[in-house]
Parts: sequence; structure tokens; C-alpha cells
Amino acid sequence: MERNLKAALVASALLGAAPLAAAQVELRVMYYTDGIEDQVLGEQISRFEAENPGIKVALDVVAYKQIVEGLPVQLAAGEGPDIARVTDLGGLAKYYLDMRPYLEDAGYWVENFGPFLPWLRQEGDTESVCGYMTQMTVTGPFVNKTLFEQAGVAMPAKGATWEDWAAAVNEVARKLDIPIPLAMDRSGHRMAGPAISQGAAYFDAAGEPAVVDEGFKRMAQLLVDWHNDGTMSKELWGSVSGSSYRGANEEFGNAQVVMYMSGSWQIAQFSEQIGDDFDWWAVPNPCGPGTCTGMPGGAAMVAFKDTEHPAEVTKLMEFFAREDNLEDFYSRTLFIPGHVGLSAKGIDFQTDNPNAKHALGVFAEHIGEISPTAFQLQGYPFNRVMFNAAISRVNQAIVGEMSLDEAYGRIEQDVEQQIAEKKRGG
Amino acid sequence: MRQRLRELAALPWLLAMRALDRPFRLLQRGIGQGGMPYFFLVPNLLFFGTFVILPLLVNAAYSLTGGTELFLEDRPWIGAEHFGHLFACGDLLDPATCREDNFWRAIYNSMKFVTLQVGFMVALSLLTALVLNRKIRARGFFRAVFFFPVLLSPVVVALIWKWVLHRDGVLNALLESLGGDKILFFIDPGWAMFWAIFVSIWAHMGFYTLILLAGLQAIPPDLYEAAEMDGTSKTRTLWRITLPMLWPNLVVVIVLAMIKSVQTFDEVFVLTGGGPGTATQLIVQYIYDTGFASQVQNFGLAAAASYVLAVILIALTVIYIALAFRPDAKHA
Repeated sequence: MERNLKAALVASALLGAAPLAAAQVELRVMYYTDGIEDQVLGEQISRFEAENPGIKVALDVVAYKQIVEGLPVQLAAGEGPDIARVTDLGGLAKYYLDMRPYLEDAGYWVENFGPFLPWLRQEGDTESVCGYMTQMTVTGPFVNKTLFEQAGVAMPAKGATWEDWAAAVNEVARKLDIPIPLAMDRSGHRMAGPAISQGAAYFDAAGEPAVVDEGFKRMAQLLVDWHNDGTMSKELWGSVSGSSYRGANEEFGNAQVVMYMSGSWQIAQFSEQIGDDFDWWAVPNPCGPGTCTGMPGGAAMVAFKDTEHPAEVTKLMEFFAREDNLEDFYSRTLFIPGHVGLSAKGIDFQTDNPNAKHALGVFAEHIGEISPTAFQLQGYPFNRVMFNAAISRVNQAIVGEMSLDEAYGRIEQDVEQQIAEKKRGG
Repeated sequence: MRQRLRELAALPWLLAMRALDRPFRLLQRGIGQGGMPYFFLVPNLLFFGTFVILPLLVNAAYSLTGGTELFLEDRPWIGAEHFGHLFACGDLLDPATCREDNFWRAIYNSMKFVTLQVGFMVALSLLTALVLNRKIRARGFFRAVFFFPVLLSPVVVALIWKWVLHRDGVLNALLESLGGDKILFFIDPGWAMFWAIFVSIWAHMGFYTLILLAGLQAIPPDLYEAAEMDGTSKTRTLWRITLPMLWPNLVVVIVLAMIKSVQTFDEVFVLTGGGPGTATQLIVQYIYDTGFASQVQNFGLAAAASYVLAVILIALTVIYIALAFRPDAKHA
């Protein structure tokens, strides 16, 4: 009798709990990580769940390639996550949720993320609030300062040109038998800063894409020349096809590279992997006849409109974007803040590594020197079409499959064809 | 005792057959004897229709529509425009004159890859099978060794060889220890294609060796005994007995290897990334890049290119059927 009573009690308790369980909302966040940011976000999610027992958050940490190639297909099929960290900011804008109807304080978002919100909007949209920047990035070079010291070669000062730096890194490499004097991420975004410095405008007077001009040609010619004379190794750019990304983190970390053109997002990773094995310094962006700029960029956390729980998604986004949470996030991940208030206030980055501190200072300076063309290019929704065409065709010229003149023609054709396809329906 | 055990083991089957006997008799009475084969084929046809025919039709629909939308109802009809783009060439033998130059580069790369990979793989598989068919020491061990790479995932195979062939990999370390210079294998188109073919052969050879070995073991030994008694030389025995008797197996191996070779993607993609330039970019990688890796995911053009690939595969299959079922095939 007592056993039956206990069984009935357990059954009724389970039945009572069932509606509660059913009422719990589950949200999915798709996330890639460059360093420790998935851990930091995971801790914040735990706190959010404690504060909001009705909402369960699943954090799916995936490879970056999945974000770039898999997520767009998922979103097109209506099977995407509720929130994701993306870098194709404008390209996916048609899938974003405008959170304004659900935000408690939309003014906070406009005030603190205002300069970056247009990057997350479709053409013609000037109002929506769809996400926030998990980091502001700016491209720029790192050098192995220890190698310069060992070779007894002076590092070019601020204002030096790309040609000055190429000469210096070649001298270091020659003296110390370093295999790769200069490396650059195999990415059209990375190439764009130096190209704009050479005078590339990327758009015509009407604001339409026009990748190939005299400035772009100067940069493309430099890249071909550097690969031919050994300043850059074909292992990085030449060894893969199409628009595949290829970084030189491993080679730089193994002191096989004197100068590595990459960007601010590498700081946390270099702190972790290189530490103080050698002095890795960020240096000012080299100059060209046009200017001395890097490319702005970054990654954003965005909410998707296909979510079944827009209110809960917005609540989670508000939690992530809260000033105290973002301050904690930026300070631990060593990311340059994409929050106007925190940028003005300054972040107390949690690192003892002098190289990291120096690099953060240099990249903060870079931000103030970004050219308006670079901002325009970053804000253009189809910028990756331009980046990919440039990278794949210039690469074909580098390995000798076509001349640079043929590559220029192909770049223009690729961009025109892809944008036309995009505008045809989609 | 053993007989009793066998009967016991067969008992559940017998019971199942008996249970099915009556319903099947009723069914046969309903649909007739002629309808029974179709009844048994239906599950297979449903599976085939869902996973082969339907995707083919959907793919055809994509190839005839444009834009970047995923759902067909949102995609505008453009007819054969994608096919027109693929075949818009000044000179089909010169990819630089084609609108979709990288498609034709991929086609020519695939043709080179298939010809060399299949040719060398069949020759090496045959040689290995002939050796493993002899009474050599540790024959079982060697058979396992040659088959082992077949069990590995293509990505794992490619990563292993990537480490071997890297600037600081095992092979370059060996070259340096012998007083040579490092070779950057993946920046030279010739070397990159060589290693793509080599690694692919290494990974798949064991499977084809096994088929040929089975064929060799099915050749009646009395043919060899008769040849020996007639004093026939080893070379003549190979050409007059072994190879003709092995011909049906060789046809299977050649056609299967060709079909698999045309479809190659993963191991070459991981090993060389299609580079340097587009030197090792094969047709399936072109389809993948066009449909998925670009910001503008051109599903229509990728689907059209898939159809070109399908035509090539159908042609290979027809050749296989013609060779395998020709009237004299059994007597070859």
C-alpha cells in the first residue's frame, strides 16, 4: 500500500513537472572561436540560464568554415540557429531579426553600436537593430621583432612604404636564413587594405563595384613580384585554389616568417601560442601612394528572424550586449571593443604579455587611420564577391596560369556575373 | 549432433516462411503470378526513386533556374542559360577562351587525373594481385597491408600524406638527411598532380587488388598444369591464360575505378586544395566551389555542371555494360 502511494506521488510529481518542462524555451547559438571566447560566452550563458530558468541555451561551437559555407544554406532552408556569430555581416542581412519591437532599451543599442549597425542592414534599410559586434577588427602586420634584432636590421618607421618593408624583411630573412620573409593571409579582405593604400577605390563614381583600377593593379603587381622574387612564399597563396582562406599562424609561430599581414583578432591566439618565445609586435600599416590603411571588420552576434522565440532571443542578446558582460568579454578575449561606450572608457585587457599589450595599442591606433574607402568597402553587402574574385584570379596570375591583364578581365567578369545572379532572385 | 543443431538454427526461418506462406499465396491469387516480381521490386524502386531519381529531377530543375534562392518556387526560370555559359567557348581546347574557364580547367584536370590514376592503379593492382597469388612468405600479412588503406577515411589519408609531404615533413627530412634540398611539392603543378594521383592510388589500390585476386583464384589450376606439361613459358602463360581468364574482373576494376576517379573530391581537396592555382582542381571541386563556397551560392550553375558530370558517368557505365555483357565476354 505504501509502495503504491509512493508511486502515485512520483507519478503526479512527474506529471506536474511536465508542463514546466514543456514551457522551457530552448535557443541555439552557433559560434566559432578564434581563442577563448567560446569559454567566456559559455560562462555568460550559464549565468543567463540561472537568471532565466525558463530559457535553455545550447551553444554549438563549430568550425569557421561552417559559418561561412554551411550557415547560409541552413538559413536559406529555414533551418538556422536562433543566434550566430557571423563575419559576412551584410551578406546575410536578409535573414536577420530586427529586434526593436522586443528590446527594452533600443536607445542603448543605437548609442553604443550605432556606427556598426549599418553593416548589418540590407540596402535601403536605415533603422533596424539586428545585432552587435563581438569584436572590431582591423587588419595590419605583425613582425618577429626578435629576428630583426638578431639580424641587426632596423625596423622601418611609421610612414614606411610596402616596398621599404619588403626590402627590410628580405634582408632579415637573408641574414638569418628564414624561409618566408613576408606572409599575408590568403584573403581578399587582407589584400584590400594594402590595395587601398596603393590607391584602389573599389567603387566607381556612382558607387557601383569597380575592383580594377590603377591602385589595385599596383597592389596585384606587387603581389606577383613578391611571389616571383621569393619575398612571399607560394606555399601560402599559391598552394590552394579558388577563394580558399589560408593563414600563416603556424609558420609565424614557428619563427619561419619575418612579417605577417593579418589582423587584430590574432592577438589572443599569439599570446596563447607564442607567449614570450619571441617578441611579436604589431606595426603600423605600411603606406602606398594613396594612404596607409588597414581594413576594418569584425564579427557580429546576430539574431535570425526565423526564430520561434523572438522575445527570448532578444532577451539573450540584451544580456550578451550588456555593458558589464561585454567589458568582461572584451577584456578576457583581448578583442578590440565594438561598443562605443567601452571604447571611450577603455578596456583593462587581462594580459601580462607585453607583446599583446603593445599590439593592442598599435591596433587601436590603426582604427583611427582607416580610410573612408575601407569603411565603404566593409559596409558593402557583396564585398566578399569582390574579395573572392580578386584573390582567386590574382592567385592564378601568381602561379602563371594567366597574365595579370587576363586576371583583371576575369575579376571584373566574376564580380559582374555574381552580383547579377544575386540580384536576379535572392 | 551437428545435424540437430543445424535443424534447430533453421527452425525460426522455417516458422517465418510458414507464417508468410499463406498471405503470399493470397496475394498471388489477387495480383497474379506476373505481378509478384513487381511486388518484390517495389521497396527497392521506392528507395531508388527517392534517393536517385528524385534528386536527379530536382537537380534538373535547379539547372534550369537562376538566382541564389534555395527553394525552387522562389527561383526564376532561365532555361538552358547555365548550360550556355558552361559551353560558351572560343576554343574548347583552350579554357582561357571560355566564359567559365575554371569549369574547363577542372574538366581537363579531371581527364588527366582519371587517365593516369586509373591506368597506374589497374596496372599496380594487377601486379600486386599476381604477386599475392603466389605462395610467398607472410602472404596473409601482405594482403592485409595492401588492403588496410582502403579502410581509412579519405580525409585521414589526405592529412597523413599532407604531413609527409609538408615543407618540414618526413619526406623532406629524409631528402635533407641524404644531402638533398627540400622540395615544396604543393607549389609545383606537376608535383601536386603527381602526389594527388599517388595518394589516391595508395588509398584505393587494395580494393581492386582484392577483386583481381579473387579472379586469379577462380582460374582452374588444371589450365596451368596443362600449360606446364606443354612447356609453355611464364610470359606466354600470363598472356594466353591468366589475362584472358581475368578479363571479366579487369573490366569491373577498370570501370569501377574510372567512375570513382571521376567523382574524386575529398582526398584531393584536403591534400592540395585544388592548387597550385587550379592545377589539381577537379570537376567535383568546381561544383562544390560554385554551389557552396562562394558568397553568391550559384546552385543553378553547379547543378548544370553536375549534369555534365552525370553525362560523363553515364557514358562510362554504357562502356562498362558494352564490355561486360558482350557475347564473347564469357569466353575471353
